[in-house]
Amino acid sequence: MFSTQKISLAKVAAKAFITPLTVRTFASSAARNVSINLHKGSFESYNCDAPSLDVEISKDELVRMYKSMVTMRRMEMASDGLYKAKLIRGFCHLCTGQEAVAVGMETALTAEDNIITAYRCHGFTYMRGASITSILAELLGRKAGISGGKGGSMHMFTPNFFGGNGIVGAQVPLGAGIAFAQKYKGHKAATFSLYGDGASNQGQVFEAYNMAKLWELPAVFVCENNRYGMGTAANRSSANTSYFKRGDYIPGLRVNGMDVLAVHQAVAYAKEWTVSGKGPLLLEMETYRYGGHSMSDPGTTYRTREEIQHMRSNNDPITGLKQRLLEFNIITEDEMKAIDKAARVEVDQAVEEAKASGEPDISEFWTQIYQKGSGVPTARGREPEEFHHY
Amino acid sequence: MSSILKKAAVVSIPTVRQALLRSNPVLATSLLAKRAYNSKNGVEMTVRDALNSALEEEMTADEKVYLLGEEVGQYNGAYKVSKGLLDKFGPKRVIDTPITESGFCGLAVGSAFAGLKPVCEFMTWNFAMQAIDQIVNSAAKTHYMSGGNVNCPITFRGPNGAAAGVAAQHSQCFAAWYGSVPGLKVVSPWNSEDAKGLLKAAIRDPNPVVVLENELMYGISFPMSEAALSKDFVVEIGKAKIEKAGTDITIVAHSRSVGFALEAAYLLEKEGICSAEVINLRSIRPLDTETIIKSVKKTNRLVTVEGGWPQYGVGSEICAQIMESEAFDHLDAPVVRVTGADVPTPYAQNLEAFAFPDTEVIARVIKRTLTKKIGA
Repeated sequence: MFSTQKISLAKVAAKAFITPLTVRTFASSAARNVSINLHKGSFESYNCDAPSLDVEISKDELVRMYKSMVTMRRMEMASDGLYKAKLIRGFCHLCTGQEAVAVGMETALTAEDNIITAYRCHGFTYMRGASITSILAELLGRKAGISGGKGGSMHMFTPNFFGGNGIVGAQVPLGAGIAFAQKYKGHKAATFSLYGDGASNQGQVFEAYNMAKLWELPAVFVCENNRYGMGTAANRSSANTSYFKRGDYIPGLRVNGMDVLAVHQAVAYAKEWTVSGKGPLLLEMETYRYGGHSMSDPGTTYRTREEIQHMRSNNDPITGLKQRLLEFNIITEDEMKAIDKAARVEVDQAVEEAKASGEPDISEFWTQIYQKGSGVPTARGREPEEFHHY
Repeated sequence: MSSILKKAAVVSIPTVRQALLRSNPVLATSLLAKRAYNSKNGVEMTVRDALNSALEEEMTADEKVYLLGEEVGQYNGAYKVSKGLLDKFGPKRVIDTPITESGFCGLAVGSAFAGLKPVCEFMTWNFAMQAIDQIVNSAAKTHYMSGGNVNCPITFRGPNGAAAGVAAQHSQCFAAWYGSVPGLKVVSPWNSEDAKGLLKAAIRDPNPVVVLENELMYGISFPMSEAALSKDFVVEIGKAKIEKAGTDITIVAHSRSVGFALEAAYLLEKEGICSAEVINLRSIRPLDTETIIKSVKKTNRLVTVEGGWPQYGVGSEICAQIMESEAFDHLDAPVVRVTGADVPTPYAQNLEAFAFPDTEVIARVIKRTLTKKIGA
């Protein structure tokens, strides 16, 4: 199954890390795989070895990554439009520019692994199995929404994705708890808990680090450093902006989060680290959001348009992967355009489906406060006559 | 005996009882409780042991149940509630946490999301304020926000309300705070049967449940019925218990106050003043208003008793619900609340005595409210 070329590469890379997982992604014949060399500055390590800069990956996987990122971006752009059209209310935090993190992570994990993040969650929800329709419908507050329209932008869940959390930092101990449950049940699975540069200073994050290390939990803490916590630049919020070192007794890795392959490599490394019993690991993904903190924030009062434009032109994750696909002759320009078009069509269709979905029944106002079959006898409405009897 | 002599004899007894209450309220409540119960088998159990049994039984029955908190393992529990559990179940299931409530509560909630059944102990509920975001925003609300996709079968427990001489930061009652949150269930046991049955029910309940125990009750013994000793004994959450039937006035209380309410009721009965019905709420949320309404329709008068602060409290809620219900038309007098005083709890014993209601206060309030009549 493996070419001699790969075996010799394996010997060369003996000191560096090659996961069973990257080996497993070679689903088809050897001729369908490529070896890609990552940029020297892709990783910086703290108290651990960096993963190998040599990535072995199948062509199919690369194309899937491209498709995922393009679709994700389309989805977020559609959300942007729907919000401006006032069809989405309240909070809406988009991940435009940060696609490589969610996509690179998913391709290195399986359905057994778990992810939890904060409110910039649409991309992760999509990668963890939700349909675009269910995500958009949730944003629109419709019945077909993944949470029945009752959660909104920040509260989307799939069986192995625990949201979608609105309180900054709270998701980190929750994630440590999910990792705890995996260990308790004897599941060989990793749990990735994401938080931003803004959340990184929360006390509860350090409380989670402590317990994860003390109890050797299969937990990977991932700081998605997009340089700004809302309007506050990282160096104005954090005395120490080397987020990958903030785990102190937990080893860490800083990763170029705009390169989907670097993300993939680092996440595969982290999963193996933690599942093999080495305890927790910290990853810092250096990434960037083109949009503001949320739809209420233009994103230009605390950073220059030049900076945003520079990132778009030189570091865009989709453009970066596109260049690789062309360089390695994996697909043609026309095939790429076809993927772009198909993504647009798919998202447009999902928008229509989401819009066509009705609002939740009024009866849903009262449901799911408690688990079905174990609730309370009554719930009070706004006034005594609005009493609901279960 | 002539009526005059009878009255004289009766007058002397409360004085002795009052002296006993003042010197040793804990003993007095225990003696009262012994009389209040009809135990055929003669088995008694402290509230502490009842809680311990509940934990042991539920951990034996379901491997997903585990206990975490400060000093629950090697120390055998700050108040010895978890005594022997580490020895029996091992460190995988009885976990000593660092002093990081926010973190370990969040960890417990996350583990519940992922399918385990944690019992998260707070050394006292005062410390849970550090973790209240996880209890309310993560545990209570997530089932609803996720459209029913995420479950949280967690139990939070620990001593609530007043202890003795522990002053302001360690004496707060949180029944009203947690009782107001949709998505939580909140229970407040008084005696050993309550403690065992409610904790077992809480652990079995697939929703997040807050169990408000009381440190001063841990050492008190109560008779345990045959049924209560069974490993399948549960007390239904949301159902109050009529501890003493009566006809003239209803007293509703929870936790330690139930003991004082019963004592006041027996006192007044002995004095020939009234026959009081005492309701032990057992659950704060859901509140068993039905039982209270039924009782008020019978007695026409209501006094609530709690250890928590008066403003926005459990008694306030009961008053409001009674006002809005058919029971209002049956009231002969306004509902009266007996509560903790509206002050941070002082340390000096003579001052602390004014901070929480006891038998004397309740008896005084009942006597006063009996003299009132609407329209009179």
